[in-house]
Amino acid sequence: MASVTLQNLTKSYAGGALKAVDGVSLDIEDGEFLVLVGPSGCGKSTALRMIAGLEEITDGAVWIGDEFVNDVHPKDRDIAMVFQSYALYPHMSVYNNIAFPLQIAKMPKSEIDTRVQEAARVLELEAYLKRRPGQLSGGQRQRVAMGRAIVRKPAVFLMDEPLSNLDAKLRVQMRAEIASLQHRLGVTTIYVTHDQVEAMTMGHRVALLKDGTLQQVDTPSNIYNKPRNTFVAAFIGSPTMNMYWATLEGKADALALKMGGHTLMLPVQGRYAELGDYSGKRLIVGIRPEDISDAAGDPDGKPENCISAAVELVEALGSDVIVHLGIDAQAAEVRSSDSLDEIKSSAGKARCVARFTAKSDVRLGQTVTVRLDTERMHFFDEGTGLTILG
Amino acid sequence: MATAKTYDPELLKAERQRRANMRRLKGLGLHAILISLLFVMLYPVIWMVFSALRPEAEIFGGMGFIPTNWTLENFVRGWNLYGDLTFTRFYINSFIICAFAIVGNLLACSMAAYAFARLEFRGKWVLFAIMLGTMMLPIHVQLIPQYIFFLNIGWVNTILPLVVPKFLAHDAFFIFLMVQFMRSLPAELEQAAVVDGASYWQRYWRIILPLSMPALATTAVFTFINTYNDFFSQLIYLTDTNRMTVPVALRLFLDPTSGSSSFGGLFAMVLVSIGPVLGFFLASQRLLTKGIATQGFK
Repeated sequence: MASVTLQNLTKSYAGGALKAVDGVSLDIEDGEFLVLVGPSGCGKSTALRMIAGLEEITDGAVWIGDEFVNDVHPKDRDIAMVFQSYALYPHMSVYNNIAFPLQIAKMPKSEIDTRVQEAARVLELEAYLKRRPGQLSGGQRQRVAMGRAIVRKPAVFLMDEPLSNLDAKLRVQMRAEIASLQHRLGVTTIYVTHDQVEAMTMGHRVALLKDGTLQQVDTPSNIYNKPRNTFVAAFIGSPTMNMYWATLEGKADALALKMGGHTLMLPVQGRYAELGDYSGKRLIVGIRPEDISDAAGDPDGKPENCISAAVELVEALGSDVIVHLGIDAQAAEVRSSDSLDEIKSSAGKARCVARFTAKSDVRLGQTVTVRLDTERMHFFDEGTGLTILG
Repeated sequence: MATAKTYDPELLKAERQRRANMRRLKGLGLHAILISLLFVMLYPVIWMVFSALRPEAEIFGGMGFIPTNWTLENFVRGWNLYGDLTFTRFYINSFIICAFAIVGNLLACSMAAYAFARLEFRGKWVLFAIMLGTMMLPIHVQLIPQYIFFLNIGWVNTILPLVVPKFLAHDAFFIFLMVQFMRSLPAELEQAAVVDGASYWQRYWRIILPLSMPALATTAVFTFINTYNDFFSQLIYLTDTNRMTVPVALRLFLDPTSGSSSFGGLFAMVLVSIGPVLGFFLASQRLLTKGIATQGFK
C-alpha cells in the first residue's frame, strides 16, 4: 500500500490548446478511498489513466509512495486497474482471467492457485472459475474484474467507472461490496465516477473536477454541506440546490435577505457572522430542497421565513415528495464555477424544487406556504461564485 | 355514415386458394429458370465427371452425354501414371507447401497486422500505404526479378521460393484483413494487459491472437485454397517431377508434342483434386463466413 501524490498534473492536446486536466494537485493518503467525480469530459478518467501510466503526462508529477512514476511503465507502478467495460479476456476462463497478472509475473503455479482461490472466495466466485466471461452476469463480470485487481495485492487500486454498466439495483449492491472490500483490504483506491451517489457513499474523500480543474477535495459531508463554489453546490445533491440572486440589507441584530419579492430574516451570529460584510451587496443564495418544508405540516414553526409558492409539479417518490414550485425570485443557473445566468420559469416565476415528507398532500395548481430553513442556507459571491461563509 | 360489413367465409376461402395457386405457379417457373441456369453453369463439371467414369475411347467418341460403359479404370491409371511416382507424392508435395504457407501467413501476417493496428512507431502510415500499394502490383511485374533472385541464391527447384516469403508477411491482403479485425478489438483489453504487466509479445500472443481467431481462420482457408490452386508459381519454381504438386502434375497428362494425352486420367485426377479444396472449404465455412462478416466485407 502507498500514498499517491499528484503535483500540478496536466494533460493537454493540440499543442496546449486543449487542456483535459489542468494543474491538478492532490495528496491521497495510504489506505484512503478517494473518489474523483465530475460531469462527462471533466478529465477525471484522463487523470486516472495518467496515474496508471496509460496516458502520457504533459506536465506535472505523479508519485506513488516515495517513487516518482512519470516515466515508469504501468506494470512497474504496483497498481491494478478496473475498467468501465471490465476488460475481461473473453477467451479465458474466470480462473485464468484472475490468474493472468500472476502468470505474467511468472509466479509459481501453487502460489497462483492459492491467490486465485482466495480472491474467488472473497468475491464469491468459486462456482464460476471454469466459466468464460460471456457466461456470467454483469455483476459477476464486475467481480471477476475486481478479482483480477486484488489478486496482485497492489499498492493502489484504480477504478474507472466500474459500476456504470450495471443496472440500478445491482449498482447499489456492488457499491456496498466495493466499499466494504476496500475497507477490508485497506488498499489506497482512486475511484472515478460521474455518479454523485457513488461519490457520496463510497469515498473517504471526494475530489470534484470541472473542465480539468479541481473544484474541491473534502469529505462527502463537507462537500455537501460546505460547497466551495456554486458549481460544487449545484453538482452535488439531487435534486440540485436552488440558487437565487438576492441582496443583503443590514438591520440591528439581524440581516434581511431580499430575494425577489420576499424578505427573509437571518441571524448575524454563528456561521452567518461573516455575512455582515456583504450588507447592501448582491449575492447568490442557495438552499437545498430538503431545507424547504411545507409550512402546513409544521403550524408551530416561525412565520417570518415562510413564502408562498405555486405548485407546478408533484413527484411522489414514496419515501418523500419532490415538489416543483414557482416562487417570486430571480433564479441563478450555474454554467461553470464562476459563471451564472439568470433564468426564469415559464410562468414568469423562478423554479424552486422542494423535498417534502411523504405525508404532504400538496396538489398541482395549489398555492402553498413553504418555510425556508434560513440557518442552512448557502451564500456565494456573485463575482467569483465562491462561498462567502468559508 | 356507417356501412354494412359483409363476411362470406366461402368467398374468402376461394380467394385464398386462388392466391396460393398463383404463388405455387410463380415458384415453379422461377425454380425452372434457376435450375436451367445452374445446369448451364455446371455442365462442364458434369461432363468431366461423366468423362472420368467412361472408357478413354468413348470420351470424344460422341457416344452421348451419359456413359454407356461405367468404369473406374481412369482413376487407377491416372493415379499411377508414372509407375513408381504416383499422385500420392504430388499430394504430399502440395500439402507440405500448403501447410508451410498457412503457418507462415498466420504468424507473419498477424504480427505485421498487430504492429500496424496497435503499435505506434515512426513512419507507420507511410509503411501501411506502401503495404497496401503492393496489393495493386500485378504478379507479372514481380515474376522475372523474383525468379532471377531465387535462381541466384539457388532456391529454384525447391519449395523455398513458395514458402519462405509467407514467413515474411508477403500477402498484403491478409495483413490488411487482420489489421481491420484487430482494430475492432476493444483497446481496453490490451490496456488491461499492459497494467497486468504483459509485454508486447505477451499481449500479441495471449490476448490479440486468440481473439483474432475468425480473421486467422479466414486467412488459413484462403491461403490453403490459393496455394493448393496455385499453378503458375509452382510450375516455374518446381522442375523435378518428384517435387511437383497436384496442379503441375495434372499438366503432365497432356502431351501436345507426341499426341499421347490421357484425357481419361486427367479428368479422373482433376475430379480427385477438387476433393481437398471442397472438403477444407466446407469444414471451415462457418468460421470463414464469421471472419468475413466481422471484417465488414460481407
